[in-house]
Amino acid sequence: MRKSLLALAAGLLLAGSVGAASAADKLKVGFIYLGPVGDLGWTYQHEQGRLALVKELGDKIETTTLENVPEGPDAERSIEQLVRAGNKLIFTTSFGYMDPTLKVAKKYPNVHFEHATGYKRNPNMSTYSSKWYQGRYIQGLIAAKMSKSGVLGYIGSFPIPEVVSGINATMLAAQTINPNIKVKVIWANTWFDPGKEADAAKALIDQGADVIMQHTDSPAPMQIASERGKLAFGQDSEMIKFGPKTQLTSILDTWGPYYIERVKAELAGTWKSEDTWGGLDSHMFAMAPYTNMPDDVKKMAEDAQAAITAGKLHPFKCPIVGQDGKPVECKGGANLDDGQILGMNFYVKGIDDKLPGK
Amino acid sequence: MELVEAIILAVLAASTPLLIAATGELVTERSGVLNLGVEGMMIVGAACGFAGAWLTGSIFIGALFGIVAGTLMSLVFALMALGLAVNQVATGLALTILGVGLSGLIGAGFVGERINPAVHLYIPGLTDIPLIGRVLFGEDAFVYFSVALVIGVWWFLYRTRPGLILRACGDNHVSAHALGYPVLRIRTFAVMFGGACAGLAGAYLPLAYTPFFIPGMTAGRGWIALALVVFSSWRPGRLVIGAYLFGAVTILQLHAQGWGVGIPSQFMSALPYLATVIVLVLLSRARTGGSTAPAALGTVFVPDR
Repeated sequence: MRKSLLALAAGLLLAGSVGAASAADKLKVGFIYLGPVGDLGWTYQHEQGRLALVKELGDKIETTTLENVPEGPDAERSIEQLVRAGNKLIFTTSFGYMDPTLKVAKKYPNVHFEHATGYKRNPNMSTYSSKWYQGRYIQGLIAAKMSKSGVLGYIGSFPIPEVVSGINATMLAAQTINPNIKVKVIWANTWFDPGKEADAAKALIDQGADVIMQHTDSPAPMQIASERGKLAFGQDSEMIKFGPKTQLTSILDTWGPYYIERVKAELAGTWKSEDTWGGLDSHMFAMAPYTNMPDDVKKMAEDAQAAITAGKLHPFKCPIVGQDGKPVECKGGANLDDGQILGMNFYVKGIDDKLPGK
Repeated sequence: MELVEAIILAVLAASTPLLIAATGELVTERSGVLNLGVEGMMIVGAACGFAGAWLTGSIFIGALFGIVAGTLMSLVFALMALGLAVNQVATGLALTILGVGLSGLIGAGFVGERINPAVHLYIPGLTDIPLIGRVLFGEDAFVYFSVALVIGVWWFLYRTRPGLILRACGDNHVSAHALGYPVLRIRTFAVMFGGACAGLAGAYLPLAYTPFFIPGMTAGRGWIALALVVFSSWRPGRLVIGAYLFGAVTILQLHAQGWGVGIPSQFMSALPYLATVIVLVLLSRARTGGSTAPAALGTVFVPDR
């Protein structure tokens, strides 16, 4: 889904180079990557996590990575290949690897698997993900403060709950600053196509947006915003290089501590299947330094971050009104519960865009 | 008014790489060779083009790097498909796989670097004319070159003797050979021209469109260029229509989403493909006797010595 025929081809090429194991007594840890490690976004951050892991436990483990592995059935072969090469703990780092990982996990009960951003588990398969919507909420506050036109531009990838909850969190935060704020949403229907992401950013700016937010992977929107003298938020990784006077902050995926913790558990023999959904308090992700904004906005952002980290502020605090004007059922008491956020398929009031398929 | 101008500018920028790559492939296919490696040649052109511009600080030299890289890639294809008479489809696909891997290797050291994009023309007075000023007199060199390129190719194919000979090779290589024309040499030049164009089209991406290099940044544009050649029924004029139409619908659907017209975005994303196919098919049906595929396209030719 997330990649094309090319990635498939590249994956085949790269997959061919695996194998050739050595150092028998070291724990072998495998990683399946969606993109190239040089994508500056999603896969890059997982690679940074792996590097942190190697730095910490390099004398006890040996890691293998497979890049450019397309989601879907083809992934199954790649995962199985890592199993055959002797890897005992395997991280599969994209949503679309969910079913292939589960299938391989059932086949090899003695190997442990960790799947990122999915929801299917097995006694030997954990899941892990981050509450990025918390970061999006902070971005919404900043965006509403910094926007002069009152129009925010949002580039979406695919209308899946993770992306929709990010848009809603942004909007709910922005409305607390400016009740009339507008969020224009353009779906790129791709995770990665620098040209198309740039075109989407251009379209949003041409339609009056002056703060650009993205849920796609390349730094192209940041660069367009920089060219046009607008503001923007990075995605997954630090993108300030592409907009030194443009980036307000960025949600940074920091997988290192989690990878180290899980590998330590595996080494100690205490690994068990878990569901980890970490927020700002768990350091699964971090906010890049707040830049290009006045001190009072910076302080507001830092306060919000502290409040969310401490659990005092919940982005989806009830009451929440849906796009249709009806209040959303509040299953979590004072706020939406995790299930509602993980499966979010509605917009909150004030968003003009129609959710595809709604 | 400003919005219309902005949209036209975005359309031209989005269409240019498709037009350049497709024009090159059109010449290749007109000589009877099907090179499916456009995507691979493009992505290597993108990596080398960025490397060249980053190392020398010159967009022009970057573009030259892209052209040379694309040409070298196409020579690999020529060696296999023409020299050794290997199946063209398989060779082309292999070339794409090779290109994707190779570009990652070449570009690995340049990921995260940025350059200043190609400058846009500015003529005081003319460029400031509302609506058309920036569209006609404010583009970067690639855009002007792409238009000149396709006009040049049209003139070459239909108004010159070498162009006629090239088309003859594509339609009936046995006859062309019998008449004494060096079919394989002509095809090699056509393949090299296609490679040079693909390399330049690839280089356009990191040099002008999104001035940084990331592996896989062509994101399938080579395949779209290939499809455009087929749907234009191998005619440069229709190719221009196809490329700009594809670019226009791509940009307009993004704007339509921003305006919130309420059509599912998945459908909108499919629209450029749909619209281009429909319009070009209608165009080729409207004119009876329009040319179809070069008769010898994709067939192996081994001259009897």
